Formats: sequence, structure tokens, C-alpha cells
Amino acid sequence: MHASVRSAVSVNITPSQTGTIGRETTAVLPMRMNVSKVNFFYGPKQSLFDISLGVATSKVTALIGPSGCGKSTLLRTLNRMHETVRHARLEGEITLDGQNILAQDVTQLRRRVGMVFQRPNPFPKSIFDNVAYGLRINGSKLPISEAVEKSLRHAALWDEVKEHLHKSAYELSGGQQQRLCIARALAVEPEVLLLDEPCSALDPISTAKIEELLVQLKDLCTIVIVTHNMQQAARVSDFTAFLLMGQLIEFSPTPQLFTTPGDARTEAYITGRFG
Amino acid sequence: MSPRLRWRKFVSGFMLTMTGVCALIAVSVLFFILGYLVYHGGTSINWSFFTKLPKPVGESGGGMANAIVGSAKMLLIASLLGVPIGFLGAIYLAEFSDTKVAFVVRYAADLLNGVPSIVIGIFAYSLAVLPFKHFSTLAGGFALGLMMIPITLRSTEDFLLAVPRALREAAMALGASKWKTIATVIVPAAYRGILTAVLLAFARVAGETAPLLFTALGNRFWSPGWNQPTASLPVAIFNYAVSPYEDWHRQAWAAGLVLLGLILVINIVARAVLARGIAVPRA
Repeated sequence: MHASVRSAVSVNITPSQTGTIGRETTAVLPMRMNVSKVNFFYGPKQSLFDISLGVATSKVTALIGPSGCGKSTLLRTLNRMHETVRHARLEGEITLDGQNILAQDVTQLRRRVGMVFQRPNPFPKSIFDNVAYGLRINGSKLPISEAVEKSLRHAALWDEVKEHLHKSAYELSGGQQQRLCIARALAVEPEVLLLDEPCSALDPISTAKIEELLVQLKDLCTIVIVTHNMQQAARVSDFTAFLLMGQLIEFSPTPQLFTTPGDARTEAYITGRFG
Repeated sequence: MSPRLRWRKFVSGFMLTMTGVCALIAVSVLFFILGYLVYHGGTSINWSFFTKLPKPVGESGGGMANAIVGSAKMLLIASLLGVPIGFLGAIYLAEFSDTKVAFVVRYAADLLNGVPSIVIGIFAYSLAVLPFKHFSTLAGGFALGLMMIPITLRSTEDFLLAVPRALREAAMALGASKWKTIATVIVPAAYRGILTAVLLAFARVAGETAPLLFTALGNRFWSPGWNQPTASLPVAIFNYAVSPYEDWHRQAWAAGLVLLGLILVINIVARAVLARGIAVPRA
């Protein structure tokens, strides 16, 4: 359908506070985060090569690629979760609202850049205490029960749990637990929400609920999602980055990447020839 | 049915029986000991056993109140010494130390765990008895506390390491510092195991006799304060059991029964507390 713009895609987007992604986007988008020339190493092994991309404000950016391509690694650099792994080393610059995140206090950064993981990982606490956790440890002045209700509503979980907020989080189903984890992350009102294959452990109905949720959450925060499910990336994201063996192969508006990929490797991957 | 299949079914049934019998033996040892203690000591357990001092030889009756209190005081000191050191040391090992340091500390703790209790007793004697020139409750508690450290340390560490990495990441991704993560997520998630470990260490040293022989010595009377020789249940059992008096033998059995009973009660109470903890998730 976009045959006229075939091969109209830049591979490495020049990072800037405001930038464009692909040629199709003519409007200048405000960028929430910018990754520039990032190289990443686990010990002697390099797993990201010279990655540069921008994360547009209040949009969903998807990272796709085959297993081991570095998409989760890239995601985890955005809130510096990579630092919890020994011998991990990052070169380059990542900014949030124009400020270098590597120079910031890491606990402050993670309050602003929340994360949801592959498997639901609620704490062994009640539903209420799970959502309240981030508020409590950050010494939030907000009335906690209101903030908890708000977050659970944002995560489309309130109606299902409002009767038993003080039950163990483990009594919820897997999909509910994952939405609880989203609520927990939203409670501290992050500017960016990172999701690392959030649906890979869920059934199709729970997956659909979460996808629906993500589209709604765009108004609240900027979203970056790693997924190995290309249909999911196509359904929920505005921009998609395709990574292969630690390199950013292509980064475009999602419709463009899936209909008129600019790189032969992207085309091979999205048509299912490998991965 | 082919002979081959029949043989396999026989082997399977035989092995199942064997494992069942062994499990039964393991459990019945406890009940056998308990029954034996009740049979020999049950008759000597009465109110005065818990409230009265031992009577001189020849007079019947009397109790072991001083030994019960002495044991309780020394176990208190031992817990105050052994539990915090073991617990905090385990947090360092599990969460902060690099692998080399952890290896050395772990190895040392395992060795300390294997040191015969009589050696611990001599060590405590030279450190807490000789310089003060008298035996004391403090010295006995010190010896028992030394024994609690490695047991608490190693098992607490195991339970901390068993907390899923996903929970740590969840807390850190919400902006929790390392200490906050440990205090609000990891320790609460592991506290059931940690409490069990502490109780095991407690039960283990509650019955230790050898380290008390040189440190608390023993006493036929009350031991006020913390600075005098004191009676304790294990030492009282030892002294009474080797005596030539029938009445003392019965009291030794009774003391054994009380010791086992105390440990059982503590265990049951702790388990009840733990079971309640599941219904009331902690903040």
C-alpha cells in the first residue's frame, strides 16, 4: 500500500531532542528519550552495536527481533536495569528529557522509567500493598488508597479486585497478575513505561486485554515494549525498531515497517523467513 | 503377563515398600524417644518439678526450676548473640559479597559448624571464664551463641538466595535502593525460612551439654543475675543420669522430656505464627 515510499527508511536515526522517525513522518515529534551510539558488553562479549534511536513522547515504541538480538538488553539500559548484572558495561549516551540518565541517581531514574517484566512478578503481599509499594518506598505524600485505586483503574483491574484488595496477589490469574504489575508500575506515575515481553506468559484473552490497555496508556506515559510477537508490535505500536544480532537494522513508523520494510533482512524477518 | 513385566512390577513394588518403610523408621524414631521419655520421666513431672529447687540426696521430690530458668537465660543470651550476627552476616553474603569472599566465609562457617561442641566450650572457657576467674550464665550463653552463628548464617543465606530474582528486579525497577529492596521485599519473602532456620539453631543449642560444662558449670541453687555459675537442663540431665540414685534417674528423664517438650512447643507456636502470616500479607 505504501509502495511509493519503499526504501525510504533511514537505519540509524540521528538522535536529537526532537527528531523524525523515517521519512513518512513529516511532523517533528517530541522525543522523551534518546539513545545515541550505545555499545553494550557482557564481559568481553558485545551485545549491542552503536545503537541510536529516539523514543517519541506519548507513543508506543516496539522493539522486535529474533531471540538474542539484544532487544531486551536495549530495553533494560533505558532504566539502567542492566547494572544489576555483573560485568555489564555500557558505552554511549542515553537521555531522558534531555538529561543523561547515566549521570543521574539510579533510584530517581527508575521512579521515572518504570518496568514490567516477562513473567508477572507480584510481591508476596496483598493486592493493595503491591500497588502501594512504590509510593511507600518513595515516601509519597499522596493519599495512598486513592493512588492505588487510580492505578488499578488505569490498569483495567479495579473492577475485578476492588472487593478483595487485601487478598494475596498470588490469588489472581496470570493475566490479572500482569495487570497488577502494570498498576504497580503506574502508581509512581512514571514518564516512561518499559515492557519486556509482557504477554509471553499469558493466554490470548489476557494478552488482548493488555494490548488494549497499552493503547489507552499512551495518554499517561510513553511506552517502550519488547515483543517477539510481530502481530502484537503491529497492533499496539506507533514505531517499531527491528534489531538483529545487536544491530539496529531498521526503525520506522510501524505501518511502514510492516508494509514496506526498507531492509531486506527486515522483510525476511517479518515475512517469517527466519527468527 | 510376561515374566519380564512381572519382574519389573515386583522390583517396583519392592522399592516402593522399602522407601515407605524407611520413611516410617525416620518418623518413628522421634515417637519412640518421646514415648520412652514419657514412660520413664512422666511420673516425675508435676508442678514442683517446674517450681522447686533440687532436694538433697535422700529426700524425694524437689524440682529443676533453677535449671529451666538457667537454660532459658543462656538461650536468651545465645539468641541475642547468634541470631543478629548470623542474620546480618547472611545478608552480606547473599546480597553484597563478591564470589571469592563469599566462598571463604561460607567455607569458614561450614567448618565452624563442624567444630565439636566441646571445642567450642574450651574456647569459650578461655575467653569468657578464665579472665574473670569464675563460671557464669554469660559465659554459657556466649558458648551457645557461638554455635548458633554458623547455623543461622548458612541457612539464612540459603533462604535469601532462594528468593526469585524477579522479585528483586521488580523492587529495583520501582526505584527501591538495594537496602530498601532487601528490607521490604527479600527478607519478608524469605522470613518463613529464616525463622525456621533460627528455630533449628535454637533447638540445636538448647540441648548442648559439652560447651556448658566449662562455662556455666552447674548449680544446685538459684543463680541470680548473669555472673554466677548456673544450672541448665542438659547439664542437669547429665549429672542426674550418671548418679547412682533411682529418684535422680527419674528426674533426668523428666528433664529430657521437658527439654524436648519446650522445643516442640516453640516449633508449634512458630508454625502457627507462620501459617497466620500467609493470610495477612505484610506491608
